[in-house]
Amino acid sequence: MALEFKLGKATRDAYGEALVEVGQEHKNVVVLDSDLSKSTKSIEFAKKFPERFVNCGISEANMIGMAAGFVGSGMIPFASSFASFIMCKGFDQIRMSVANPHLNVKLVGSHSGISLGEDGASQQSIEDIGLACSLPQMTVLVPCDETSTKSLTHLMAKHEGPVYLRTGRPKAATIYKDGDTFEIGKAKLLRDGKDVTVIAIGLLVIEALIAADQLEAEGISVRVVDMFCVKPIDIDMIAKCAKETGAIITAEEHLIGAGLSGHVAQVVAQTTPVPMEYIGIDDTYAESGKPDELLDKYGLRAKNIVDAIHKVLKRK
Amino acid sequence: MSAETLTKKLSVDELIKEAVTVRRDIIEMIAHANSGHPGGSLSATEIVTALYFNILNHDPKNPHWEDRDRFILSKGHACPVLYSCMARTGYFPVEELKTFRAINSRIQGHPEVRKLPGIEASTGSLGQGLSIGIGLALGAKLQGKNYRTYVLTGDGELDEGQVWESALCAGHKALDNLVAIVDSNKFQLDGAVKDIMPLASLPDKWNAFGWNVIEIEDGNNMQQVVDAFEKAETVKGKPTVIIANTIKGKGVSYMENNNEFHGAAPTPEQLAQALKELV
Ligand SMILES: Cc1ncc(C[n+]2csc(CCOP(=O)(O)OP(=O)(O)O)c2C)c(N)n1
Repeated sequence: MALEFKLGKATRDAYGEALVEVGQEHKNVVVLDSDLSKSTKSIEFAKKFPERFVNCGISEANMIGMAAGFVGSGMIPFASSFASFIMCKGFDQIRMSVANPHLNVKLVGSHSGISLGEDGASQQSIEDIGLACSLPQMTVLVPCDETSTKSLTHLMAKHEGPVYLRTGRPKAATIYKDGDTFEIGKAKLLRDGKDVTVIAIGLLVIEALIAADQLEAEGISVRVVDMFCVKPIDIDMIAKCAKETGAIITAEEHLIGAGLSGHVAQVVAQTTPVPMEYIGIDDTYAESGKPDELLDKYGLRAKNIVDAIHKVLKRK
Repeated sequence: MSAETLTKKLSVDELIKEAVTVRRDIIEMIAHANSGHPGGSLSATEIVTALYFNILNHDPKNPHWEDRDRFILSKGHACPVLYSCMARTGYFPVEELKTFRAINSRIQGHPEVRKLPGIEASTGSLGQGLSIGIGLALGAKLQGKNYRTYVLTGDGELDEGQVWESALCAGHKALDNLVAIVDSNKFQLDGAVKDIMPLASLPDKWNAFGWNVIEIEDGNNMQQVVDAFEKAETVKGKPTVIIANTIKGKGVSYMENNNEFHGAAPTPEQLAQALKELV
């Protein structure tokens, strides 16, 4: 019997809707985009508050600098583009104009991972979490569904300091209910288990839940944690899971090493060394294809998590 | 045998016919993949067709030939026009165009050097092509090679600061073996260039950076396009930019100046309509 779940909105769509609410609530929010507002969904804000929306054209580096300046003027800037362009093209500007002075700039990267599909490797973002996490005191949020995206969009508006939010193109499975609350630095335990923990983010959260469900039939009890806040990472939760389940799998739509896996492994090694396996993109660029085909080909599915669990349990 | 004899140069009349075939390929590829960027591929059809079938000194059977002219599609999303011209000049079988954007294909959603021989630069992140073109052109000069380098950019793409860093550098280095072509179709992604980030006088801007400027009134007129490329070859001591005033979506009535087709595929009915028009 397969786990049943409903598909909700894409996280980018949820972001666009929440951004309008944020704009209503905070009169000093200004939104910037680099000629991708139709794709990032910042266009929803532009329609509602055209006077507080700035289309910077295709100039990501310039946009980041402008966002930094808006902070100095007393506003709260939300700047968006594709994840690959905002992080890679804007990186030095994020480093020097935003992270170094620790400014209250909100960065949003849509079309993250490989699930954007047919556009191929140049648009797919598999490095952005690594880049964002490499910056001192940057908060890095990776929501997995509509509800968490909306909550986190509101949360980042209230939070003081630089934040990066990563959204995606495809419809996302519904994981949370209305009213669920989120806190920066606190992971969400989605399913308890005692043999192994899967720590997942984004689209891999539902895959982890499917894997856990399948393995229950085999008598393997799998804990699933949504590490939606990759930075600051929830050290206590990771240490507790390592201690109580004795093995950890990370699962993410990102390069292995640079993203979630490396940050979790660091905590595990320091607090409670246990065997680990990693699900993610393995040192390669991906390619064009349908989102589902790509997730299959690059091993980002429940069945890959199941295999990794079998492997890690042998090492326990 | 020299490569020049391997690629037959087409006349303007023949190029005009070839451009119809290329446009049909573009629409069919995008419809088949159900994704891709028709608008900016169609606006650039005369430019890329003229290059591959007449201007470039290249050898499709030997894509790594070291003295080949180089072409970089800096506005990588327009790759359907490039793939069609490459297939039709013999780089790979025309049949393979059907695999555009499909998994395991060499015909990627944006050009990828490591996937397809003949692609000179991996593009898709706008703004980078001209810098690579400078390296190719300056490298030719430093080594006494005679090949020429051509880089096609969009007008929206000119928003990127890197374009102007490279413009300054190419002017300074007096790279008369480098030609930039601006596909000035007046639209970018979110809307019209004049609304998103107006470019004011493009000829003045490039002039000020030390470039020889050729503006063509109608960049979808094959004769004007070929003439501009031929004129550029005679210019010494400066890089040349060809500012081609084109129509986004050119050749398919419902796509012309309709930015909804910047990055959207035609439906099966729209495909049929387009193929009826493109004869
Ligand atoms: C660095 C970067 N930012 C954003 C995009 C997304 N994008 C793809 S095409 C496009 C508009 C390009 O406009 P233009 O250069 O005028 O091309 P054309 O209208 O000829 O298609 C944008 C913003 C991108 N590919 N690269």
